[in-house]
Amino acid sequence: WKMPTNKSVSKAPITQFVNCRILRDHKLQREDLWVREGRILDPEKLFFDEEGYADQRVDCEGLIIAPGFIDVQINGGYGIDFSQATSNVRGGVALVAKKILEHGVTSFLPTLVTSPPNIYHKVLSEVKVHSGGVEGAGVLGKEAVRKDVDTSSYVRLVLISGHDIQYCIPYNCCHLEGPFISLEKKGAHPEQYLRSFQSGGMLDLIETYGTLDNVAMVTLAPELPNSEKVVRELAQRGITVSLGHSVANLSQAEEAVQNGASFITHLFNAMLPFHHRDPGIVGLLTSDQVPQDRTVFYGMIADGIHTNSAALRIAHRAHPTGLVLVTDAITAMGLPPGRHTLGQQVIEIQGLHAYVAGTKTLSGSIATMDMCVRHFKQASGCSVEQALEAASLHPAQLLGITRCKGTLDYGADADLVLLDDAINVRATYIAGQEVWRK
Amino acid sequence: MKLIILNDYDQVGEWAAKYIRNKILRFNPGPDRFFILGLPTGGTPLGCYKKLIEFYKKGEISFKYVKTFNMDEYVGIPRDHPESYHSFMWNNLFKHIDIKSENTHILDGNAANLVEECDSFEEEIKAAGGIDLFVGGIGPDGHIAFNEPGSSLLSRTRVKTLAQDTILANARFFDGDLSKVPTMALTVGVATVMDAREVMILITGVHKAFALYKAIEEGVNHMWTVSAFQQHPQTVFVCDEDATLELRVKTVKYFQVQGAEQHTRPGRKGRWRSCATFNLSVSILHSAHSLPNK
Repeated sequence: WKMPTNKSVSKAPITQFVNCRILRDHKLQREDLWVREGRILDPEKLFFDEEGYADQRVDCEGLIIAPGFIDVQINGGYGIDFSQATSNVRGGVALVAKKILEHGVTSFLPTLVTSPPNIYHKVLSEVKVHSGGVEGAGVLGKEAVRKDVDTSSYVRLVLISGHDIQYCIPYNCCHLEGPFISLEKKGAHPEQYLRSFQSGGMLDLIETYGTLDNVAMVTLAPELPNSEKVVRELAQRGITVSLGHSVANLSQAEEAVQNGASFITHLFNAMLPFHHRDPGIVGLLTSDQVPQDRTVFYGMIADGIHTNSAALRIAHRAHPTGLVLVTDAITAMGLPPGRHTLGQQVIEIQGLHAYVAGTKTLSGSIATMDMCVRHFKQASGCSVEQALEAASLHPAQLLGITRCKGTLDYGADADLVLLDDAINVRATYIAGQEVWRK
Repeated sequence: MKLIILNDYDQVGEWAAKYIRNKILRFNPGPDRFFILGLPTGGTPLGCYKKLIEFYKKGEISFKYVKTFNMDEYVGIPRDHPESYHSFMWNNLFKHIDIKSENTHILDGNAANLVEECDSFEEEIKAAGGIDLFVGGIGPDGHIAFNEPGSSLLSRTRVKTLAQDTILANARFFDGDLSKVPTMALTVGVATVMDAREVMILITGVHKAFALYKAIEEGVNHMWTVSAFQQHPQTVFVCDEDATLELRVKTVKYFQVQGAEQHTRPGRKGRWRSCATFNLSVSILHSAHSLPNK
C-alpha cells in the first residue's frame, strides 16, 4: 500500500534527494534532486502546476549525485564472457549487469569480440535490450533511428510485484568489436575468425552476425575494401560505427567519419601510432575534415596500463569533449588472478594486467569503471565534473540517448550514482530505486 | 511612519527578516488563522529572503500557515523563464522553505483574460482576510510594484505598460536585447498595498536615494507613488546609509532619535543608536510574548 499522494498529474510517489551536490550544466551544484516514476522531475513545475511536494526525502549527507555511468565496451566479467555461447546467455548478461552496479554503471553495451558466425547468431538472438532495475544495470538500446521518441512508443511492462515499471525498448543492444578488422592490429582477437567485406559489404555483415536488430555499435577497420558502403548503411540505421583494430591512415579515417563513423575504439590501442606526417586514426581528434555538426568520440581505457598517462593527457587536452571512458573489461574482471577464457582464447591475470596466455599482448582490462574515472581524474588533472561526464554524458552523447541517459536533466531516467569527493561509489540507483549501497 | 536607518544592505536584509519572523511568531498562525504576507521581487529583498531561509533552516520559523501574495509578474513570458517572477520566488524563497504551493499567489502573466486574472487576485486577497504585512521595494523613479509615475494612488491590481526606464533597466536580465524584454506587467495597485494592515518598504543603495527623498520629505504625489504611504497608519521604511544621501540631515536625525525614543522603556538609561532600536524592539517582543516551543 502506498501513501496517497498530493499531486494532480500523477499519483506516483515523489522522492526528493536533499543535502547533495548534483551534476547539472557541467557543474556540481547544491540543489535537491526530485524523482517520480523513474524520471527526474522538475520541482518548480510540480510546485506551481500540481501544488505537489515530496513524499519521501533521502538525505545524501553531502554526497555527489552524478548520472549513472555508461560502459560502451565491456566484454564480460565475474567469470562471464559475452562472446561465449553458453546455455544461459541471458543469465550471464544479467549477472554482470548486477555486479557492475557496484561500480556505478547503470547502462552498458555487452561487447562481443571477433567470433565465428554461430556465436553471433546465438548470442545476439538471446541478448535483448532491457532496462535496468534491482536486477542489474540496463542493457542499452538506441532511441528510434532518425526520429524523436515520445514515451508512447515505449512498451511498458509492470512486473507482477507491482513496484517496478520497466521500459523495454525494442531496438538494439550490443557492441560488436570485429570481425571486420585488420589482421595486423588484431590484438587479442582470434585470427581465424577475422573477415573482410568480400561479398560487397552488408551481405557479409548479415551473414556473419545473423541480425542487426540487437546491435548498437560495430567496430571495424575502414581501410578494408568496400567498407564505405557498410559505414554509410550502418550509420543510416542508427548503429554507431567505430573505428578500431585498424591500420587506416588519417584520410581513410576521415572518409569513414564523413560516411558516418563517430567513435574510435580504445584510442591508441590496436591502431597505427601517431606520426606527425600521418597521424592516422589518432589525428581524428583534431581533424578539420570532421563535419561541423558532428563530434568524433573516442574510447579510453584509463586503467593506467593500456595508455600511458602522458598520452591520455595529450588526447584529453586535444579534444576534451570527445573523451569516453570505457573499461573494455574482460571475463576476469572481478575474479582472482589465474587463467580464464575470452572469446576463443585463453588469457592470464597478473595483478592488474591481463595478457593473452603465454604472450605479453594485452588482452583487455580488469579495471572497474569507477577505478577508471578516478584514474582519469588523477592522471589528467581534470575537474570532478569532467571526469564524471566522461563516463556518463559523453557516452550518452555518442549513442544519441541524452534525452534519457547520461544527464540529470528534467525528464531523464533517474539512473544515479552517489559518490564521495574521492569518487568512490556509495550507492547506485536505477529509475529512482536504490539498487546498491555500500 | 518609522524610518529605520541601518549601515548597509546586509543589515537591512537581516533587520527585515527578523521583523517578518517576529511578526509571524507573535501572530502565532495555525490551520484556522493564516498569516498573510505580501512579497516583492528584485535585488533589494534578496538579502532578506536569504535570512528568512536561514531562520527556517534553524527551526526558528515555519511557513506552514503563511499565505503569500506577490506584487507583480511580467506579461507574456513563460512561467518557467529564468527571469519570470515565478522563477524568482521559487529559486530564492519557496524551494528552500516549507510553504505549500496552494498558499502562494503570484499573478499569472499568461492568463487568457488578464483583467479577470487581476480581479480574481483582488478577490483572493479579500478571501484570505486581507494582507497582514506587505513588504515592498521602491524603484529609482519612486514606484511601488509596477505603479510607475502617473499611476493613480487609488489604483487596484491591473495590467500596466512598463515605463521606458524600467524596460531599459531590465534589459540586462534579457541578454541586453530590448526586443526580449516584456513591455507589460500585472501589478497590485497602490491602494491594494495601502489596504494592508502593515507595510514595510526596503530601500538600499544610492540610486534609490532621490526616490526616498521624494517619498518622505515631499508631498503625496502620483509621480512618486511610494509617497502614498505617508497616509498609511502603520508603515516602516527600512534603509541603509546610502539611501539616505538625498535626505536632509534634519530628517535623518529626527528619525534616528524618534526611533530610539519609541523603543526606550521608561527608566532605562543610556543612548541608543538606530541599529540598536531593532535589538531592543526584538527584546520587547520577546518579553511580551514567549516564543512558541520548537
